[in-house]
Amino acid sequence: MIELILFIIVAAVAIFGALTVVFARNPVYGAMGLMMTLFSLAVFYVVHLAHLVAAVQVIVYAGAVMTLFLFVIMMIGVDRDEDNTEKLPMQRQFVGALGLVIVLVAGIAAVGGRFDWVRPAASTVEANGTVQEVGKLLFTEWILPFEATSLLLIIAAAGAIALAYFGPRRRDREDA
Amino acid sequence: MEVTAGWYMTLAAVLFLIGAGGMLIRRNALMMFMSIELMLNSVNLTFIAAGKELGSLDGQLAVFFVLVVAAAEVVVGLAIIVSVFQSRSSASADELSELRG
Repeated sequence: MIELILFIIVAAVAIFGALTVVFARNPVYGAMGLMMTLFSLAVFYVVHLAHLVAAVQVIVYAGAVMTLFLFVIMMIGVDRDEDNTEKLPMQRQFVGALGLVIVLVAGIAAVGGRFDWVRPAASTVEANGTVQEVGKLLFTEWILPFEATSLLLIIAAAGAIALAYFGPRRRDREDA
Repeated sequence: MEVTAGWYMTLAAVLFLIGAGGMLIRRNALMMFMSIELMLNSVNLTFIAAGKELGSLDGQLAVFFVLVVAAAEVVVGLAIIVSVFQSRSSASADELSELRG
């Protein structure tokens, strides 16, 4: 019962935040809405015993990534009006109705029906996502993807630096 | 009424749909980017819910890797947006038509 009440409240907050991202005129409000959604998802992670993931979600996602977003919003200005008109008539209403139907059908199937992929015997095992358990798996079974992510992060950082240093400057030279 | 994994899957589907809609509706590259983040997070929720349902920690580890990839993507994507803004003083995706896309 408590989980149901918690689910309804937090899910409503998450969906409200998500809708803010889509419909907010001001990008700062959109960023705040996304942050709200990320926090609500962290609550769901705690419900699912994914403690470490929840902490990482709050610290890395809601903290670091969204701060980066806000930095960029402040850099490129927030008062810019966005043209939201659509060239094809009625396509937005059509796609919205189609999406609603899909979610309704999928929701009824998911909530009312059974998942074939769920094995009832296995669901009795508690997967507790403590730092110890997750770390043990991360450094044994998942060591190769883990090392690959370090390469990915290095490449991303080097790419960002390269874009910042060489991107606009090269264009200036071409203009001159 | 018990909250099963299906509820979380449905919520994730709704969030993914909102994210996809935002991706299609918004013209501002930054807001499109936030919609992508929304979609990534909805998928993370399905990973966690499925992992709990199957009694496995692998779902949580998958979420970790999605997080890392998302962080790398944010770094590069925002660098591109800033770089485009510096040369064209606009972040609208519709005005970027040099490649005739």
